[in-house]
Amino acid sequence: MKNQIQLVLKDKIRDVQGEKVQKVAQSFLNINTGKVKTGKVFNVMYDLKEDQISRFANLGLRDDIIHEVYINSFYQDTFYRSFVLVAKQPGVTDDEGISAQKTLMDILDLDLDTNTQHIYTEDIYLFENELDNNLLKELSEELLGNKLIQHFEYGKFTGKLEYIPEVQIDSENKQLIIDLDVDDDALQKISKDMLLSLNLKEMKAIREYYLQDRTRAIRKQNDLPEEPTDCEMEVLAQTWSEHCKHKEFAASIKYTNKETGEEETIDSLFKTYIRRSTEIIRERLIEAGNNWLLKIFTDNAGVVKIDDKSVFVWKVETHNSPSAIDPYGGAITGILGNNRDPLGTGIGGGKLLFNTNVLCFGPPNYDKELLPGQLHPKRIFEGVRHGIEDGGNKSGIPTVNGSIIFDDRYSGKPLVYCGTGGVMPYQFAGVNSWLKPIDDGDLIIMAGGRVGKDGIHGATFSSAEIDEHSPQSAVQIGSPITQKLLGNYLQEAAELGLVKCSTDNGAGGLSSSVGELAEITGGAIVNLEKVPLKYSNLKPWEIFVSESQERMTLVVEEHNRKALFELAEDREVELSEIGKFTSTGFIDVRYDDKKVAYLDMKFLHEGVPKKYMEAEWEKPELNEPEIPSNLDYNEILIKLMGSDNICSREDVIRQYDHEVKGKTIIKPLMGAEGKSPQDAAVMRLNFNSFEGIAISNGICPKFGDIDAYQMSAGAFDEAVRQILSVGGKLPDINDNTNRFWTVNDNFCVPDSAYNPISNPDGKLKLAKLVQMNKALFDMSTFYNIPMTSGKDSMKNDFKSGEIKISVPPTILYSMVAKIDDVRKTITSNFKAEGDIIYVLGKTYNELGGSEFYRLFDELGKNVPNVRKDDAVRLYKKIMKANDLALIASCHDLSDGGLATAITECAFTDNFGADIELGKLSDIGVNAALFSESHSRFVVSVKPEEKIRFENILADDAFYIGKVTLDNKLKVNLNGKRIINISMNRLQSAWEKGLL
Amino acid sequence: MKKVKALVITGYGINCEEELAAAYKLAGAESKIVHLNDIFLEKESIHEYDILNFPGGFSFGDDLGSGKVLANKMKYKKMESGKTLLDEIKDFLTQGKFIFGICNGFQFLVKMGLLPNTNGNFEQEVTLTRNNSAKYEDRWIHLKKNPKCNTPFLKDIDIIPCPVRHGEGKLIIKNEEIKKEIQQKNLNTFSYCDANGKITSEYPLNPNGADLDCAALTDPTGQVLGMMPHPEAFLSLYNHPNWGQIKRQNPNISEDGEGLKIFKNIVGHINRKDREGAK
Repeated sequence: MKNQIQLVLKDKIRDVQGEKVQKVAQSFLNINTGKVKTGKVFNVMYDLKEDQISRFANLGLRDDIIHEVYINSFYQDTFYRSFVLVAKQPGVTDDEGISAQKTLMDILDLDLDTNTQHIYTEDIYLFENELDNNLLKELSEELLGNKLIQHFEYGKFTGKLEYIPEVQIDSENKQLIIDLDVDDDALQKISKDMLLSLNLKEMKAIREYYLQDRTRAIRKQNDLPEEPTDCEMEVLAQTWSEHCKHKEFAASIKYTNKETGEEETIDSLFKTYIRRSTEIIRERLIEAGNNWLLKIFTDNAGVVKIDDKSVFVWKVETHNSPSAIDPYGGAITGILGNNRDPLGTGIGGGKLLFNTNVLCFGPPNYDKELLPGQLHPKRIFEGVRHGIEDGGNKSGIPTVNGSIIFDDRYSGKPLVYCGTGGVMPYQFAGVNSWLKPIDDGDLIIMAGGRVGKDGIHGATFSSAEIDEHSPQSAVQIGSPITQKLLGNYLQEAAELGLVKCSTDNGAGGLSSSVGELAEITGGAIVNLEKVPLKYSNLKPWEIFVSESQERMTLVVEEHNRKALFELAEDREVELSEIGKFTSTGFIDVRYDDKKVAYLDMKFLHEGVPKKYMEAEWEKPELNEPEIPSNLDYNEILIKLMGSDNICSREDVIRQYDHEVKGKTIIKPLMGAEGKSPQDAAVMRLNFNSFEGIAISNGICPKFGDIDAYQMSAGAFDEAVRQILSVGGKLPDINDNTNRFWTVNDNFCVPDSAYNPISNPDGKLKLAKLVQMNKALFDMSTFYNIPMTSGKDSMKNDFKSGEIKISVPPTILYSMVAKIDDVRKTITSNFKAEGDIIYVLGKTYNELGGSEFYRLFDELGKNVPNVRKDDAVRLYKKIMKANDLALIASCHDLSDGGLATAITECAFTDNFGADIELGKLSDIGVNAALFSESHSRFVVSVKPEEKIRFENILADDAFYIGKVTLDNKLKVNLNGKRIINISMNRLQSAWEKGLL
Repeated sequence: MKKVKALVITGYGINCEEELAAAYKLAGAESKIVHLNDIFLEKESIHEYDILNFPGGFSFGDDLGSGKVLANKMKYKKMESGKTLLDEIKDFLTQGKFIFGICNGFQFLVKMGLLPNTNGNFEQEVTLTRNNSAKYEDRWIHLKKNPKCNTPFLKDIDIIPCPVRHGEGKLIIKNEEIKKEIQQKNLNTFSYCDANGKITSEYPLNPNGADLDCAALTDPTGQVLGMMPHPEAFLSLYNHPNWGQIKRQNPNISEDGEGLKIFKNIVGHINRKDREGAK
């Protein structure tokens, strides 16, 4: 029995959502919809009486002040001549439906099943104008929804809605046996047909394992077929995936540098550069007796010591491919999934403190024809932004830091980096919180959301294979409320000592989470029939590898089971005991006592064949461009301020809650009107002290076109100098106050495996990756700033037929550093008229890759170089000046150079600046104003502190002028005025850049 | 002296419980964060406390409209005793105690009928719905107190800056009579204003387009206060987006945030009331 309830706004209530749809349809799709009326439909599949449904509709759903309600009929008015219905496809998260179910239970005082879907919600849009089906289809697919996850109906509204996205799956539940005794071509075909993404070498290694006498004997003993089961192939494919085993970062690489003639073999980029650099720093810290590195590169996130009471844990991930297909779903599952990393580190149950996000998109005004499957960059931007908004805001985690970068080459695949930091107590119930103790016999308990077909084989699932009742599995939509309940529950359970340890269920689902935890004891038994499902008839292997979100795996000792389950019931979190850990050396997966997978743990985790790759570096032929000599610098500066990579992100920033928890001290925008962009975020850690952290990110892929090493080094320095800029201090091996730094490195590169046909420049791409890693090692060990966790994403190419859009090799360094006293931090905006302005750090003629050259569509050659010794000397002086509180404002120089930085400093009150370039222009005016040389800052200082300041900074400070209160930026070159422009014009150009 | 006890509700997607609990501690009270379900299960009683607080957040993800699912729970879900939590809350108010709801907490107080409650019959008279901008926004705004309003929460306050962080903060009043009642009884306690205290409907100074430019409501007794902006996000001077310049202009300024005043007011009021009671 189906009941339908519709809510629409009363006519006198302004339909804000409808107005927005009308506006965006016009501006984005050029479709004139006329007035738009929105409505919400609830399809209620519970068996209810008439009075019950009426009570539910009127009391439970309707807001009496604004809504009209229709029961088993719909709002109709001849004024509206066409409509679109947006429903979900079967199996797509419907949080509104679930919340409606909960409220139904409260209102009718009934005990209902609210764990599976019985209420399905839909959105209806009525349009004043009569639009033909093509336009309505376009509106549906390009604006109102995404055909991969939603079902649309459109046309002229007849007053009937029939569609219900109930999941129905055939009950055939047979286990397949995979015959590997076939030739090479057939092996590859098996991998392809099953969507395993295993190459021939890997398929052969699997066949080899099954042919071994020992394997055969064990399988016979355990009543298993000689050949692998479907579940075993899936587990192997998942465990050996690039995502889980990082095969390319573990590969043996032959690296040839044609520029120097050197050749070397690198045995794993990860071990050689990333892990090694941190190990070296840890050795130094241990030797000095000040080791604050508690956990590196193991577990879901790295952990550092704050003090004897607490530890800091954090992780940055990417979610690029899902965001390319469904930007909202990709981003929200990205951020929620990343939240579960710090949440599931060690024992688990840390309190999440902040989110960060760094995004790389195609330009918003992208005007090339879209390829099949390619979404417009603007649509990706808006969807991702919305996903981050909901993922962060609804979870109560402030989004405090980020960046947005635009480049044509991100218009196939965007990069979506999500970071989350949290704090754990030093110990939970007497056990160090970052440890992951597991013993033979401990219970495996799954907590949180239910399991469906979500994410099985991720994006490789073809939408053509989907019929109207098959659950949609390629794209997932996160449920912040489910995760919020789960996270709070885990925190409570951990504090009570009920959880021995925990981990996230993300990529690879239970197969990955249980498989990795089982390495600790050396085995596990899993009973898949005990896993609660969203809908029936999932195959065992599907249950095991499903990536359904908002789930965690808990490790629990028998005696805590009862209390843990009781607390879960009180907190409305679903728990299920699904097995136990063993020390048999095997992962033993069963369904109704029948073994569906039985794999040697050693083979599973170490059996993947090593990869060999080739890298070859050849220096590109580049030149410095000819720039016209008669430039109007007023106009140039206005253009720069409004350019994609420099202009204001305020519209985005304001839609993220960046101060929930009340601990954000330096927010992304500061100053009297909240307009001044800041270099790094600063948060305090609690309300009892002013101890805090600074959070920054460094990313500058544009320099990689000239020099990948300098690009990586520059990004590293950028993140460091941002933290220095707000008053942070470099680490000091001999300091014993846990002045920690902790970095996540995230590589996102195009396919770098050489193939003469499909990837002819693969060797060069890999060479760039090698150089990025070398820079990471050099910078990290020089500054003593360690990586503690990270991630690589290796295949960021969008393919459509013959056309490939590949991202530029990109590295993001996300950094967190301890701040002794947040009250002593420094913001970028000017503070008072008459303060004197300096540039700190030497400016070079390094316009290569700059935003200035981009205005002329030029790349150039002189890429900014990092000069580590000079940088550290300067940073130490700045630290000294800050100890004496001599710096009133500080802004680091990056995109757009000195001119844009000074402009940004003056975005508050009626400030302006009067600048004389003087000697700075010895390298040329363009370079003086716009060079993007690293390790530089623009600072303002009280006039009375001039001497003290100059004594400390000496040759590293260049006096350039004064802060004024005339709302004007004036720049002189040896007395001749070259820029004279009102701040309002500059600010307006900056604010309108993205609107 | 007995300390004032503040109960801060959490669970189901509430997000701002920690800073709200901290606010009361900084104001000299005791505060305890309690999961709402522990109250439904009668493991905790609201009657043990002087002030009941509903923090901001996204209870039930704001599905079905902000605060709606939570309000339904309070109004209709029966506890073991056969009472609803709304019944308990009515008793709580009868004893002269106080309730404070911020953002999502305010949304849910109006949907429960606790605010403005012009006639004392606990029926919903206003709602809070989507901002005219159609956006969620985090921005700092200024609030002007209605000088004639009668609630101990806002004593000696005139203009204060605070952040708003909502997508559904536009107050809509059911009809003209209720609007008049609100105005006559001075239940609209805070209005959005510019930095000089001039009340305005101009975006973004008024971030949502609320009726009467209203950002906060009290009930006729003054015991219940609900507001969209977040005073608990301004406990320290260093929460203010312009603290650097403010401190430069006034190096000796207090390090307390202006939002803390509201909590000090109510804690002080209860302390005085208790002292008078003891006499």
